[in-house]
Amino acid sequence: MATAVASMEKKNYLNAEYGIRSWLFTTDHKRIALLYLISITAFFFIGGFFALLIRLELLTPAGDLMSADMYNKAFTMHGQVMVFFFLIPSIPAVLGNFLVPMMIGAKDLALPRINLISWYIYIIAGILYLHCIATGGVDTGWTFYTPFSTMFSNTRVVEAGLAIFISGFSSILTGLNFVVTVHRMRAPGMTWSRLPLFVWSHYATSIIMLLGTPVIAITLILVVLERTLNLGIFDPTRGGDPVLFQHLFWFYSHPAVYIMILPSMAVISEIIPCFSRKRIFGYSFVAMSSIAIAAIGFLVWAHHMFVAGISVYSALVFSFLSYLVAVPSAIKVFNWTATMYKGSVSFSTPMLYAFGFIGLFTIGGLTGLFLACLGLDLHVHDTYFVIAHFHYVMVGGAVMGYLGGMHFWWPKISGRMYPESWGRAAALIVFLGFNLTFFPQFVLGYLGMPRRYYDYSHMPEWQALNVLSTAGATILAVGYLLPMVYFLWSLRYGKIATDNPWGATGLEWRTSSPPPTFNFDETPVVTWEAYEYESMSLPEEVTLER
Amino acid sequence: MSEHSGHIVPSRLNWLVFIILIVATCLTAWIATIDLGRFNTVVALVIATCKASIVVLIFMQVKYTSEKMTKAVLLFAVAWLILLLFLSLTDYSSRYAG
Amino acid sequence: MSDSPLVAEHAEHTEHDRPELRHHFADEEQQRNAASLGMWWFLGTEIMFFGGMFCAYLIYRLKYFPDFAAASRSLSLGIGTFNTTVLICSSLTVAQAVRAAQMGNRKLQVRMLLLTLVFGLAFLGIKTKEWGDKYREHHIPTFDFSAKDLMRDNQHLFGLDKLQNDPQALQKREAEIQQHSQIFFALYFALTGMHAIHMIVGVGIFSVITWMAWKGRFTPGYHTPLEIAGLYWHFVDIVWIYLFPLLYLIDRRPGA
Repeated sequence: MATAVASMEKKNYLNAEYGIRSWLFTTDHKRIALLYLISITAFFFIGGFFALLIRLELLTPAGDLMSADMYNKAFTMHGQVMVFFFLIPSIPAVLGNFLVPMMIGAKDLALPRINLISWYIYIIAGILYLHCIATGGVDTGWTFYTPFSTMFSNTRVVEAGLAIFISGFSSILTGLNFVVTVHRMRAPGMTWSRLPLFVWSHYATSIIMLLGTPVIAITLILVVLERTLNLGIFDPTRGGDPVLFQHLFWFYSHPAVYIMILPSMAVISEIIPCFSRKRIFGYSFVAMSSIAIAAIGFLVWAHHMFVAGISVYSALVFSFLSYLVAVPSAIKVFNWTATMYKGSVSFSTPMLYAFGFIGLFTIGGLTGLFLACLGLDLHVHDTYFVIAHFHYVMVGGAVMGYLGGMHFWWPKISGRMYPESWGRAAALIVFLGFNLTFFPQFVLGYLGMPRRYYDYSHMPEWQALNVLSTAGATILAVGYLLPMVYFLWSLRYGKIATDNPWGATGLEWRTSSPPPTFNFDETPVVTWEAYEYESMSLPEEVTLER
Repeated sequence: MSEHSGHIVPSRLNWLVFIILIVATCLTAWIATIDLGRFNTVVALVIATCKASIVVLIFMQVKYTSEKMTKAVLLFAVAWLILLLFLSLTDYSSRYAG
Repeated sequence: MSDSPLVAEHAEHTEHDRPELRHHFADEEQQRNAASLGMWWFLGTEIMFFGGMFCAYLIYRLKYFPDFAAASRSLSLGIGTFNTTVLICSSLTVAQAVRAAQMGNRKLQVRMLLLTLVFGLAFLGIKTKEWGDKYREHHIPTFDFSAKDLMRDNQHLFGLDKLQNDPQALQKREAEIQQHSQIFFALYFALTGMHAIHMIVGVGIFSVITWMAWKGRFTPGYHTPLEIAGLYWHFVDIVWIYLFPLLYLIDRRPGA
């Protein structure tokens, strides 16, 4: 196809300049997105390695694979790497960085040099954390609870804390950039009500990043000070209150989970209209619910502390607010479903991930409501029920959204199509592997299996479910490896992508695949609403398979 | 190419703000030595807030900006801090009740 | 006004016409507004950053009010008040520097900025002296901390005078005072230390800004770096405006 060939020969952001310096000193948001892609993928492997250790140990009831201390380190570092170095940056720093400027018709983010600095800060933080791993690791649980972390742990708590503190700045700068960009860089005609929902969700995410991250930053500083100077702020024997640490920690860490899920919802909001060939149902409801999730998400943090010793009146307040935060999420799920109703639905790989997301996120979200109930939480707090809940939303939700988004925008990013049948196969393997891994954990938690235990020999009947879970994890790992293989394969052998292979709306699809360095040859002038699928005819090159 | 330099605050106004800030500082230090019971803290914080307000409005030029976003960001961040303080207090104030 | 979509970009501009205008912006006003909004949001994050420590301080102050009040009395009211005025002077000079830039007066800009640096460094110097005093008085946690002199000087505030006849209760209370005043000072140093770090960063930034001003980089049409650095400096001043009453003025009633 002549246009496709011409598109590849044309100068784009990938072939504009060559050499390592052109990448390490770039201010092009698309190149920075790829720098992030490589980095977070590396950390995904590291976090996955620790998960492997956990699941191997739990194959047998006895704690026979590693010592208790080693196991504590495994689950701590699995959590910290996955949360701070993979999930929080993932979609915003990769897909957000790549797409937000294009979606609003801008040439770049508002603060390109800050964007590059944010990546370097992330790398410095990452190297520091890797050094921490290499020199003994940390065993406090990903939550750094005091006074164990400040007074009794013999591991590299200070280093881990500082690494995460530094990574927080990367997060803050990314959020800052998005907010300023959306306010100041929209193309003519791109009003707020015409913004893709992807942008709305990333805007809400950025607000959380800006208002929440500083609190965990100062909390980690206090932990570091307490530990190095033996202060006693969190030591109950010296008049301190360990629960104060928890308040400050969770004030950020609960909204952090919305930092992890909102971008994923952003992706789903783009995929579903495209593969239903229909305008999103209830655009303003979906947009406002992103803002509502961000706002209400800040009001619920103490639901992590119901059994920590907070007052029961306070617990009642937080329980009530936690039920409230489910409402905007539910609104989104209803709207996505309503979008598909009477649409022309096809089952391409991105759509498969979107389906998976809706089902798994709903289960994860509903089980969150179980946990918000004080009476139930008393029984399942600190059991595998909680672990299953958050993996359903973070892996079944956030990671599925991330993979769906990578597949959806891969043609735009690389100029190549991935092999569709492999994509679908991998999506199914991920879905099956995921459910096999984590559904048994709901049951285990309900039966009483505590989290963070390396030895469950007092209840050997739990072994069967644990074995199922580990088997599932192996399948899940295969499902994750496949896209890495075929994405790389596609760079050389993949079908060359047209500007708009999916027939999607959105400004990013109106420029070449891959785009030129400054995104558009001319600044677009927007005169149409978002998601105008009904009035679109399918372009000839559309490769939707039905 | 704009020669637009933004609103120029008159030098006298800057000096006036400065004088008010100095006076308020001395005032708050002096009032602290007077017994107002529980109101000492309230008065001190009210004076501090007045000082902060004139720094924000005049020195930081928020009074003269047409950008609604600036005011919105400021109010948001302050509101969020109050949220943190207030909701944490729901725990601490009711811990030993009942 | 700048929140609305901008006018479609006209013909290419060369980098030489307006070197400060970065390529992805359509005009200087958009660039300035972006920088300004960015700095305001950054200050918003700083409010939450200090806010976390304010939260810890609030909780403990409510819990251990008399002990905090007595510990606070050991800080020098005179020095604290004076230092506050020094910082306020620096805010004035920053505001005047921005004004000078808006009017295109290079010499005045530089003079005001140099004065800002002087006041900023003076503040830090006085702070160092205060901390030195604390060290000598054994009020720095973990460095041979002792609340004995506090207890001696604040018998009534601590409620020690009422416990003279009950040695066991007296001992218990004295141990508590040792612990609680240590928490006060831990927070005092954390808060003023974090503030001082921000001041040092501010001095660094303003050194660069002063150099830029001296080189004539700022004109009435472009002085964005000075403006946004000024916002940062004023913010650090505002943090101190709150720290001063919270830390120094808990209870200064004479004879308590």
